[in-house]
Amino acid sequence: MKCPKLAHKILATVLLAGVTATASAQMMINGAGATFPYPIYSKWFDEYAKVDPSVRFNYQSIGSGGGQKQILAQTVDFGASDGPMSDENLGKAPGKILHIPTVAGAVVLTYNLAGNPALKLDGDTVAGIFLGQIKKWNDPKLTALNSGAKLPDQEIVVVHRSDGSGTTFIFTDYLSKVSGEWKEKVGNNTSVNWPAGIGGKGNEGVSGQVKQTPGAIGYVELIYATQNKMPYAEVKNTAGEFVKPSLESITAALSTGDIPEDFRFSITNAPGKDAYPICGATWLLVYEQQKDAAKGKKLVEFLKWAAKDGEKMAKDLQYAPLPDTLQQRVLKRIDEIKM
Amino acid sequence: MEATTPAIAPGEPLSAAATMTRPSRFGDKAFEWLTLAMALTVVVLIILIGWQLWNGSAIAIKKFGFHFLVTSTWDPVADQFGALPFIYGTLVSSLIALLIAVPLSIATAAYLTELAPLWIRQPLVSLIEMLAAIPSVILGLWGIFVMIPWLRDYPFPWLKRLFGWTPFFSGPIYGPSMFAGGIIIAVMILPIITSVSREILRSVPDLQREAAYGLGATRWEATRIAVLSYAKKGLFGAVILGLGRALGETMAVTMVIGNTPQIAASLFKPGYTLASVLANEFTEATTDIYLQALFEIGLVLLGMTILVNLLAQALLRTIATTSATRAVQ
Repeated sequence: MKCPKLAHKILATVLLAGVTATASAQMMINGAGATFPYPIYSKWFDEYAKVDPSVRFNYQSIGSGGGQKQILAQTVDFGASDGPMSDENLGKAPGKILHIPTVAGAVVLTYNLAGNPALKLDGDTVAGIFLGQIKKWNDPKLTALNSGAKLPDQEIVVVHRSDGSGTTFIFTDYLSKVSGEWKEKVGNNTSVNWPAGIGGKGNEGVSGQVKQTPGAIGYVELIYATQNKMPYAEVKNTAGEFVKPSLESITAALSTGDIPEDFRFSITNAPGKDAYPICGATWLLVYEQQKDAAKGKKLVEFLKWAAKDGEKMAKDLQYAPLPDTLQQRVLKRIDEIKM
Repeated sequence: MEATTPAIAPGEPLSAAATMTRPSRFGDKAFEWLTLAMALTVVVLIILIGWQLWNGSAIAIKKFGFHFLVTSTWDPVADQFGALPFIYGTLVSSLIALLIAVPLSIATAAYLTELAPLWIRQPLVSLIEMLAAIPSVILGLWGIFVMIPWLRDYPFPWLKRLFGWTPFFSGPIYGPSMFAGGIIIAVMILPIITSVSREILRSVPDLQREAAYGLGATRWEATRIAVLSYAKKGLFGAVILGLGRALGETMAVTMVIGNTPQIAASLFKPGYTLASVLANEFTEATTDIYLQALFEIGLVLLGMTILVNLLAQALLRTIATTSATRAVQ
């Protein structure tokens, strides 16, 4: 070689660059799934970068179905879902998958009536409306619940989500619990064969159509209704109380609801007089046995931080935090993750 | 598309020049192979997509068989899937869109090439092309908040009063409907049909027009006989391009069509399209058979698009031969 010195220099520079690159490279933890908790998850990842700068999170909000598929295929380090995984799907997993509940939300019934009267509903009437059996706003069942309000002789236009969503899952889960007829005819899933009404895409599609259609009723996430200043109904719970959906009444449902050991719970129609009946949680999905020890350690650290400090940010972003008792149980579950 | 390329005679003078200078043959061959490879990529891509869709829906195809195409229940809870309402909705909404967009686009193109004062042409063309640049989701939101309330309050009740006795305009008016879906698609395919039609009309030789005027034709007669009739084949190609677009339009349609899988004669009733159900349900489908059924929907959409294009080309050939015989006579 003509110029060995130069060659050495180049080689040295390249090697050095390589070394520094690995030293400064952050660990990347990948996740995918539910869209509903995306705002708070991205806030968490952002804040956590200040706590531990050596790890970065990449979260794709591709939907709960995608989240479950990807964790099963082990293409991500954690999945996220608005509904617990079915036994069938868990059976396909190469290892044990843990459900880590993070935050909860409520589904509210929003409507478009002249004069915006306050509206009270119970499970029976909500099911009747969405089954297409209660067709008019002045139906005796509705007027009996709302003795104070003047309900018009107007046709009810039912609006539901057309896209598969956790919101629909929670709503149909509630209806299946309160109405035998609903359970038998329609059932419970992220999208169902709707017996009545028109479909709007996303929360914005449903609320847009409710806003534009006099006499319409639809269901959206609580956050969406409060941000858009839409009226929403009080719903009668199992204790016989009419409860306004709020962060407090969601957390109340979480603390009185029956939560099984594997955290695959549904808190719709929860007991307790302060509990709002149509709410649900969202979960992170992780393998109990982590394949990559270094990554697993970082993931566990993050999960603990989220359960302790992350929960405090929930209310600002209009999510209901988990009650303390449940939080303690979640922390114990995180400790079970093995490296 | 072959229909839209004006028939230029193969370059005789070019090949003459080539023999004179004798350039290296290698360049020509390389160019030929390169372009062939490029052209083949498209074919390979379509075959791969088709194969992937077929593979992804194998279980559903086995389970539902031919019933998938002719049954109407779409029930993800009971795992019962039938695509007929979606096929129907796709065809009907595209048909409505063509009925609205084709006369509008061709008239616009004729105005722009034949009648409009020169100073107005370019601004109008830019405006129409700008319409194509509006993102689909924006059109959808405009559809929900502006178009649907207006349709519901004015044109729909009026149509119902006039034609309510036919099954097509009967029943309650909600707003989101098959008709609204068709209109939104029409808006989306207007620019493409207009621009392609304009190019085609511009390529009509002036000799045609001059001959018509020479025979004492009025402006209308010259446009109709010498221009539109001459360009018939090309215009048909433009319509087919628009139809291809219409069949696959997704976002804006999903937002205004009402998303209800039913087959109803009334255009005021909500409908559903193949592309819409994919956009709606793909992300949250958790069971295997559900996902497979959605893959099969994709396969049906691909098959339908190919079928419609083949039919259109067959139709085009008939038109071409009949006009040719008429020209001879």
